[in-house]
Amino acid sequence: MIILGFLTLVAIFAPVIAPYDPLQVLIGIEPVKKRQAPCIHLLGCPRDQPQHVMGIDGNVRDEFSRVIYGTRISLSIGFITIGAAVIVGALLGAIAGYAGGWISNAIMRVLDVLLAFPFLLLAIAIVAVLGPGLTNAMMAIATINVPAFARVMRSSVLTVKEEEYVVAARAIGAGPIETLFLHVLPNAISPLIVQGTLGIGTAILETAALSFIGMGAQPPDPEWGAMLAAERNQVFSAPYLVFFPGLAIMVTVLGFNLLGDGLRDALDPRLRL
Amino acid sequence: MTDNQVLVHVENLKKYFPITSGLLIRRQVGAVKAVDGLTFDIYAGETFGLVGESGCGKTTAGRTILQLYQPTAGQVTFGGVDLSTLKGKELRRTRRRMQIIFQDPYASLNPRMTVGRIIGEPLRIHKIALKDEQTERVEELLHLVRLNPYFANRYPHEFSGGQRQRIGIARALASNPEFIVCDEPISALDVSIQAQVVNLLEDLQEQLGLTYLFIAHDLSMVRHICSRVAVMYLGKIVELSEKVELYNNALHPYTQALLSAVPVPDPPVERKRQRIILEGDVPSPIDPPPGCRFCTRCPYVMDICNREEPQLQDVGGSHFVACHLMK
Amino acid sequence: MTHLLDVKNLTTRFYTPEGVVHAVNGISYTLEQGEALGIVGESGCGKSVSVLSIMKLIPDPPGRITDGEVLYWEQDLLKLTNTQMQNVRGKDIAMIFQDPMTSFNPVLTIGHQISESLTIHLGMNDKKARKRAIELLDMVGIPQPAQRYASYPHQFSGGMRQRAMIAMALACEPSILIADEPTTALDVTIQAQIVDLVKNLRDKLGMAVIWITHDLGVVAGMVEKLVVMYAGFIVERGHIDDIYADPRHPYTLSLLNSIPRIDRSSDEKLATIPGLPPDLLGLPPGCPFAPRCAYAVERCHRENPQLASVGVNHEIACWVDVTAQSSGSFAPPTSHQKQGGTRARQQRTAPTAQLHQDTQEGCDD
Repeated sequence: MIILGFLTLVAIFAPVIAPYDPLQVLIGIEPVKKRQAPCIHLLGCPRDQPQHVMGIDGNVRDEFSRVIYGTRISLSIGFITIGAAVIVGALLGAIAGYAGGWISNAIMRVLDVLLAFPFLLLAIAIVAVLGPGLTNAMMAIATINVPAFARVMRSSVLTVKEEEYVVAARAIGAGPIETLFLHVLPNAISPLIVQGTLGIGTAILETAALSFIGMGAQPPDPEWGAMLAAERNQVFSAPYLVFFPGLAIMVTVLGFNLLGDGLRDALDPRLRL
Repeated sequence: MTDNQVLVHVENLKKYFPITSGLLIRRQVGAVKAVDGLTFDIYAGETFGLVGESGCGKTTAGRTILQLYQPTAGQVTFGGVDLSTLKGKELRRTRRRMQIIFQDPYASLNPRMTVGRIIGEPLRIHKIALKDEQTERVEELLHLVRLNPYFANRYPHEFSGGQRQRIGIARALASNPEFIVCDEPISALDVSIQAQVVNLLEDLQEQLGLTYLFIAHDLSMVRHICSRVAVMYLGKIVELSEKVELYNNALHPYTQALLSAVPVPDPPVERKRQRIILEGDVPSPIDPPPGCRFCTRCPYVMDICNREEPQLQDVGGSHFVACHLMK
Repeated sequence: MTHLLDVKNLTTRFYTPEGVVHAVNGISYTLEQGEALGIVGESGCGKSVSVLSIMKLIPDPPGRITDGEVLYWEQDLLKLTNTQMQNVRGKDIAMIFQDPMTSFNPVLTIGHQISESLTIHLGMNDKKARKRAIELLDMVGIPQPAQRYASYPHQFSGGMRQRAMIAMALACEPSILIADEPTTALDVTIQAQIVDLVKNLRDKLGMAVIWITHDLGVVAGMVEKLVVMYAGFIVERGHIDDIYADPRHPYTLSLLNSIPRIDRSSDEKLATIPGLPPDLLGLPPGCPFAPRCAYAVERCHRENPQLASVGVNHEIACWVDVTAQSSGSFAPPTSHQKQGGTRARQQRTAPTAQLHQDTQEGCDD
């Protein structure tokens, strides 16, 4: 939670924290060279050189600012894609679980087909059809995640459906839609919340992967995966340009995973919330 | 019998649960005959007891009567209306008048709803009271079941078993029903709390003119609260009679064995008792024995018992027994 | 005089994140060879925890036996090491539980599990153990024992499983059989079978039995000695006939009054005990039953009474002398000692009327 809180703050306050505009090319404005090594005044870099904590990237932009702004992109991608996937998946799964019968079969089989494709292929296919770009990449990622969430929701609904308070709801005269939304959903949603939180980390990785192969964020957006892709040939000559975005990805994903684990423990039904 | 009105009439009610097998195409290979032909009447204002041991089908019977399970065969008439003719909205509207209290006070309340909302839900569904009146009514109901009205804002897990059961009772009363199925309402409670809940149920019956179907396996409690009792075995009624008559003059061998097995908290009495110990276990409801269901364990089994199923007959004074011995 | 089992001041606590649960609070009783003792009380009174403590089966953490001695033929079981205790369990003291399904390993046959006890404790070889196991299955009334030896637990019905568990417990002919609510989950006719079985086996093998239950009816025909527990304390102790005929502790009295009897027609309301069961995390000072007691006086809320005798073989832990009502009022007994010198004696009759009043307001918590 701490990690994520920190990251969220960074994302929100990016314009304040980042010393430079992430898109601003510094040629001519400052005496810096392409891929210049980090110059941190506190660590000994001479004062007359402008400070660039993480160095300068291949297009002569401040790496640090780009990493900072990248936080915004990654976090919003994470939440939006997974948020959409959760909503769609939850609805589909809940309907499938509650209705049963052929409706359930129909929904689940369609989702099974989606699930069978390797993510990257599917994402590439979607993007190929829709064109590259961050929004399309996000749609691809959201679609990929729907089947998994629908499954989790469906099995959760199947269990909750048999609980006695659901029978009680029917007994007092509640109709099926009411029962589903008032009684079943609120109680079935917790495994999905955990799954979703863990999924955000994965979504960020998936975005980075897509950007890495050029399907996602397009230059000059400071998306970490794209940044990695741009500098992947410089691993040895300018390692800081690869290291920092990579580190940012790792820390973010770790943060979400930890949050998901913590949530799972907190929402554990044995604690009788 | 008094000439009270018949509120609930059950005619040859059956509920079978199919057993399917097969991987791709599920075929029915058998059925659990949970309820296999129940016929009886419940009069307005009485407490009708349905007793039996586990697996006899009494819980299934209660729920099938309320149409929470769809009957496989047979008819249930409530206040003159055949419940099987009602569908969807109509059935839901009729539910106002017939309610149920569940056995498990922990499972029958939605853990994510406040007590006030749980109790108020019937009011909302059936549009019984306007929004502002609903809060008042919920408070009234909490009062009625002897709980502090302040509790309306709390969640079920903050309460003990006995209190939760009272919340369940309040919920059942919200729609002003005429008929309540009490499905083993006290078996999950501590002994000292059972008496509290039973007294409450009796008081409410007097106050509100309720009719109860009291399903239980605790024969001592059933004797205390019920006016007429039916004994079930493997999905069928084996004996039905007015309370005192049943407990003093049980005619069916199963009833006799059942009554003799109930322990009495009185050591000298217990020590002197001659129990009728039944041999063996209850047969499975999937494959009941042909003829009388009880023939495999009956100490008085005759040849005819293995072949022919005995029908429920009136042996005098509204005392019904299904046994070949009665001839 | 050496007792078969002498429990002295047994105290068990559970250390949980919410606080310390005082599950068992200094209970003492004795058991002689061949005797049957009943421990009754409602859920949470500590009866199961107390016998699990005797068997040293309390998980540590979070539980711990913090005080007391459990003398089995003068040897303190609480001082034994785990290995030594393993020799005692199953061989000298055996236990059967409420749910026979979870007490058996579902992937091993019943026969195997019974033989296990024999091979471990008595060092029998497999063949002999199998023969003995089949004998035991027969002894507990399982039909076709030779075939059922190879059956799995899920193939048995509830009653049969309980019998098999009894067979397993008796395999090494223990001197004490502890039965923790063995019939609570069973139907009443099966319960009668099992009670009958245990009584017969007891006579046959001369073993002592500790029977734990909340059902005051079941113990009535089963045991001679009785211990009534509430909130981890013993509130009444003595011969069962005396206790049932003349319950002297308000809790026992109320409990007996609140259960309907099948041999009596009752048109009156059941007497109730107002309030809720005690919270073992925070017991009030003084008598644990005082908050719900119709006879409580000021002293009851301050000091916790110790067990004191009110008759031959009949003790209660109470500051108030309550006499039971039947057709008339009883005169208080002349031999009547109390701890601490001061006597707070009040004579009460017809407690039923008193309790009725409490029913009305007592249910609001």
